Amino acid sequence: MSYGELLHSCYQVLLTGLALTMKMTAFSLIFAIILGMISCFFSISRFRVLRAISRIYVDVIRGTPLLIQAFFLYFGLTRALNFRMDANTASIIALSLNAGAYLSEIFRGGINAVDKGQMEAARSLGMPYGSAMGKVILPQAIRIVIPSVVNQFIITLKDTSILSAIGMMELTQQGKLIVARNMRSFEIYGTIAIMYLIVITILSRILKIVEKRLNNE
Amino acid sequence: MNKVHVENLHKKFGELHVLKGIDLDVEESEVVCLIGPSGSGKSTLLRCLNLLETPTSGTVIVDGTELTNAKIDINKVRENIGMVFQQFNLFPHLTVLENIMLAPVDRGKFTKEEAEKKAMELLASVGLSEKRDEYPKNLSGGQQQRVAIARALCMEPDIMLFDEPTSALDPEMVGEVLNVMKKLASEGMTMIVVTHEMGFAREVCDRVLFMDGGVIVEQGPPQEVFLNPQEDRTKDFLNKVL
Repeated sequence: MSYGELLHSCYQVLLTGLALTMKMTAFSLIFAIILGMISCFFSISRFRVLRAISRIYVDVIRGTPLLIQAFFLYFGLTRALNFRMDANTASIIALSLNAGAYLSEIFRGGINAVDKGQMEAARSLGMPYGSAMGKVILPQAIRIVIPSVVNQFIITLKDTSILSAIGMMELTQQGKLIVARNMRSFEIYGTIAIMYLIVITILSRILKIVEKRLNNE
Repeated sequence: MNKVHVENLHKKFGELHVLKGIDLDVEESEVVCLIGPSGSGKSTLLRCLNLLETPTSGTVIVDGTELTNAKIDINKVRENIGMVFQQFNLFPHLTVLENIMLAPVDRGKFTKEEAEKKAMELLASVGLSEKRDEYPKNLSGGQQQRVAIARALCMEPDIMLFDEPTSALDPEMVGEVLNVMKKLASEGMTMIVVTHEMGFAREVCDRVLFMDGGVIVEQGPPQEVFLNPQEDRTKDFLNKVL
């Protein structure tokens, strides 16, 4: 079978896998942004308990491999607590928790990078902490963190491939199944790599444009 | 009644004892200049007057409100106390007009239309009407500081605090900021100014306070303090800066 024929025979399956990869990434990132913001606000809170919760969350996630987190969730937790969870749900939870911890640190770094005088100026005008944060600090912090957030988006997209290990039928897993049938690992994995590359390149370009827009508003 | 009343104010940063028992009264429309070597506690004293620093002990009463009482609404009090910073601290993501309008609109002091009208009046008074839609990064230091003064004035404060307002400026821009401050003083604003501009202190202030080592060493009308200082530490300092 030529490469053309091979591709023709499996492109639909690969595209289905790619679609799931994108969908999983999108859902995970939405949850991760929410989680990351909550954890970030905990980490800069004046309440010690909230700071501790954020610290532990970030340390545990950063200190363990994503694969182990997914295994623990999908096999370990379901067994221990005796309930069922499908691979896609487990994948979204694992990816969200994972990216959320990294985003939490990115957001915190962004807020800390805004000059302290900004908060003082806003507060000295009588603005309460919340308004000052929302209208003065965060708009500046967002511009600062965009490149790192984009980077995290790309990492999360690629990390979906790790979840093939718990059987999520995303791009990498579809490829593994095809290779298992026809042994054409060189062509299939090469094709998959190019697919990731194309998607990520397009995504980076789009986000670059968004970043530029935000910066010269 | 005095606009500002400070009694036995102490401030410590950990082991560092920065303010060691400050007593200060400022009357309505009085312009008071704080001078002294760096590290003497001038800025810390100023920042205790709007609680950007929390006093360790002592009493601070501004406009009849005791700031050192935990139950007050500090945001309400701060609306009445404008502050101008050494580094201007304009909001870089907002235009000049937006910088000035942000707090009054956020606090419900003015509607957007009222705030814009007020902001344009203030911009005219600091001579920057044509810069309304510029971002701070496109302004010179002197222009930024004048916008910062307009921003503070838009809350219609009774008292203005200036924390070394000209120290970060190129020499040729100091004058334009001092002129705005002189005008403000002549209009009867109560002002407390931390400054290294001895010319301004001499010309505009009603009273000069010399601080060193966390205490007020000497105070009086500028002619007395500058021409006939009583304390050795004051003489020493003035010899260095004049």
